[in-house]
Amino acid sequence: MSGRGLIHAARVLPLSGKLGLALVSFWIVIALIGPLIAPYSPGAFVSQEVFAGASSRFWFGSDFLGRDVLSRLLVGARFTVGLSAVAVTLASVTGTGLALTAAVGPRWLDELLSRTMDTLISIPSKIFALVLVAAFGSSLLLLTLIVSITYVPGNFRIARSLAVGLNQLDYVEVARARGEGRLHLALVEMLPNMIRPLFADIGLRFVFIVLLLSGLSFLGLGLQPPHADLGSLVRENVSGLGESALAILVPAVAIASLTVGANLLIDAATQGKAR
Amino acid sequence: MNETPHIEVRNLCVTVRGRAGAPLNIVDDVSFDVARGEVLALIGESGSGKTTIALALMGYGRGGAVISGQIRVGDATLEGGTGATLEAQRGHRITYVAQSAAAAFNPSRRVIDQVIEPALIHRTASVTAARARAIELFRALALPSPDTIGSRYPHELSGGQLQRLMAAMALITKPDLVIFDEPTTALDVTTQVEVLQAFRRVFREQGATGVYVSHDLAVVAQMADQILVLNRGQVREQNEVGALLEAPADDYTRMLMAAAHPVVKAQAPIAIQPEPLLSIAGIFAGYGPVDRAGRPANPVLSDVSLTIGRGAAVGVIGESGSGKSTVARVVAGLLAPTAGTISLAGTPLASTVTGRTREQLRRVQIVFQNADVALNPAHSVGDILGRVLRFYHGMRGAEAQRRVAELLDLIRLPAAVAERRCDELSGGQKQRVNLARALAAEPDIILCDEVTSALDTVVRGAILDLLAELRRDLGVAYLFISHDIATVKALCDEIVVLYKGTRVESGLCKSYAAPPFHPYTDLLIASVPELRPGWLADETAHVAAPLAHLAERPDLCRFLPRCPVAISDRCDVAPPPLRTMAAGNVVLCHRSEAELAA
Repeated sequence: MSGRGLIHAARVLPLSGKLGLALVSFWIVIALIGPLIAPYSPGAFVSQEVFAGASSRFWFGSDFLGRDVLSRLLVGARFTVGLSAVAVTLASVTGTGLALTAAVGPRWLDELLSRTMDTLISIPSKIFALVLVAAFGSSLLLLTLIVSITYVPGNFRIARSLAVGLNQLDYVEVARARGEGRLHLALVEMLPNMIRPLFADIGLRFVFIVLLLSGLSFLGLGLQPPHADLGSLVRENVSGLGESALAILVPAVAIASLTVGANLLIDAATQGKAR
Repeated sequence: MNETPHIEVRNLCVTVRGRAGAPLNIVDDVSFDVARGEVLALIGESGSGKTTIALALMGYGRGGAVISGQIRVGDATLEGGTGATLEAQRGHRITYVAQSAAAAFNPSRRVIDQVIEPALIHRTASVTAARARAIELFRALALPSPDTIGSRYPHELSGGQLQRLMAAMALITKPDLVIFDEPTTALDVTTQVEVLQAFRRVFREQGATGVYVSHDLAVVAQMADQILVLNRGQVREQNEVGALLEAPADDYTRMLMAAAHPVVKAQAPIAIQPEPLLSIAGIFAGYGPVDRAGRPANPVLSDVSLTIGRGAAVGVIGESGSGKSTVARVVAGLLAPTAGTISLAGTPLASTVTGRTREQLRRVQIVFQNADVALNPAHSVGDILGRVLRFYHGMRGAEAQRRVAELLDLIRLPAAVAERRCDELSGGQKQRVNLARALAAEPDIILCDEVTSALDTVVRGAILDLLAELRRDLGVAYLFISHDIATVKALCDEIVVLYKGTRVESGLCKSYAAPPFHPYTDLLIASVPELRPGWLADETAHVAAPLAHLAERPDLCRFLPRCPVAISDRCDVAPPPLRTMAAGNVVLCHRSEAELAA
């Protein structure tokens, strides 16, 4: 789709979709430029007071060690958005790739892949993540891998059911009768017709990943200091909950606005395209 | 008739918002009357607004369409006024029979509960009274075992039976108006006759008033008293059936009448060469475990053989379930036969696609019935054709583009269509692109699987003409599969009749002009509605099958339980022999030529 096509698509979105698009674009921009516009270093102790309220120096107040919440938020957003985006891309590419392989491949391969995925899906995602973090320690790479692996089976199931449905259609039969190879059947005949429902799935999965990563960070098993994502910002300031400190409200609201925005955008985009 | 008409429609317009947001009249200033107890037919090709008018009679506009003008059905009017609104009469005083009964029934509920539901919702009868009336209607509609058929589920019934049950549902509340929306279009010809007869009888008995929507003049001629011809939302002509068919006043009506009898203008001048291009011999195919002789547990095709000469057109006809589409799938290599051989120009072909060379694949192309699903919606027309050119001929870039333009010209579409996606094309245009894709391979033979069945009569005629021209100009051979004997006769030199996967008759097209035929061929030919009002009444003089109580057995004549001329102690003991008739057609039957001709 050309740039003009995208602008047109954005213009015809319903109001909720425009709101979602605005929120999502806002967070993408923050993820890209956040550290550049942060007024202080995220690790610097700049305030004498902990859990300070909003002031002209510290827009969102200070945290439990007297660091600037705004700066930490601007830096942390990059981890949450970036890590989730990488993980969701990995999960979807792997899941959809395996699904297409299963759909056009021999029957035994389909059985093997489907049963393997069933096994993976039966493991509760949080516990799976906890066990792996406990075993291998927490690192950026490991977190990304764990989260991707957790969300591969769901994507696989959806993509496979789409692909199996398409596999029966006459245009795929025609291509098969023409003598086309499996790669062509999967990538040229089937994949383009799966993209729309898959994007809805990817969007949803992005939200789940944001929440899982934040959850892990909240439990202290996610990103380790000095790095911090939105989830760990909530966790480290949890002692401020009693004072309803801005330091805990702001990152929580940030997570909410990112996930709600993504959901609104997906809903609007898929509804508009269903017509 | 001096009394006020039962249904009065004046200046009816149905308006939708067009592409640019401007209002567009899809029904434009239509006025008509229907007298009590009469049936009015709305006829026209797709997009003529016939269904829209029928729905407007129920006060319903699809997709936010705005209805304006005056409609009165009995006491009800569009706005209500002194009487009820049309909307309030839906399902009660005004009922509707949809095209696909199979899709209209809830699969998880017994049919009788669904049939009496309108009476219960509108409180016109008690449960017992409604059930009694339903059974009475089942009997009138000639449904088998009317007392108990209601306790079955929809999947246990055939399409024709469901269509009749839906008519019972529509009549249960003794409505003022029944709207039939193409009720027999999705049925086989043989089933269509039964359903039409049942509808006619029940209409006469119940004295119901009806509006019958159809694109098929011959069907309408049997059902209606008055015909209203529509084109692009406007009335072209309205008249009494007999008068309209005898002396059509409008050009468009004449065109519809001509299209009802497909006659292909371009006849292939090339003589059929004796050298066979494609021959299949002793094909068995089906599902389930295969025994030693190569016969599957559930055969779809049993011992089917046929030969197609270079540039010849062979038609395969039969009703649904006859295995005619399976023939095409086997030849294309999409389904491996369990026994038998396929050979192309003398060389044996592998049973599946993977075993064939690209050159062999190129020479045999398949075209599916439904162009909506046969063309990938993600690709443009140019991409679809270009892929075939690159795959078989290694053509790319400007050369491929030029060839795509040539192909589009061949199928009479403008070259600009190459840029368009398939969902922007009409049904007829899609079917042309579907054909062009096969032509792009420059095949020796095209397997046409019901390519005209999903199209209305006018478009069907155009596609048949195109097929005949292509055959004349390019010398391509066809295996033409259809359920409609008239279509096959118009295009093919040779016709094979399949019944339940068995070849019951084969012969040159001209041998199908007059008896003797196989009794099944006879039934097929007799079931095609003729373009005259009294046809259905003649057809009722139908002989019942004498051995209908026998179950079908694979080792005997498969047609036995339905055959009107079956002989006990002959047909039910041994498989039928192949007999060659004087006209040259080969018939699989116990009856001799003299007996069949009688």
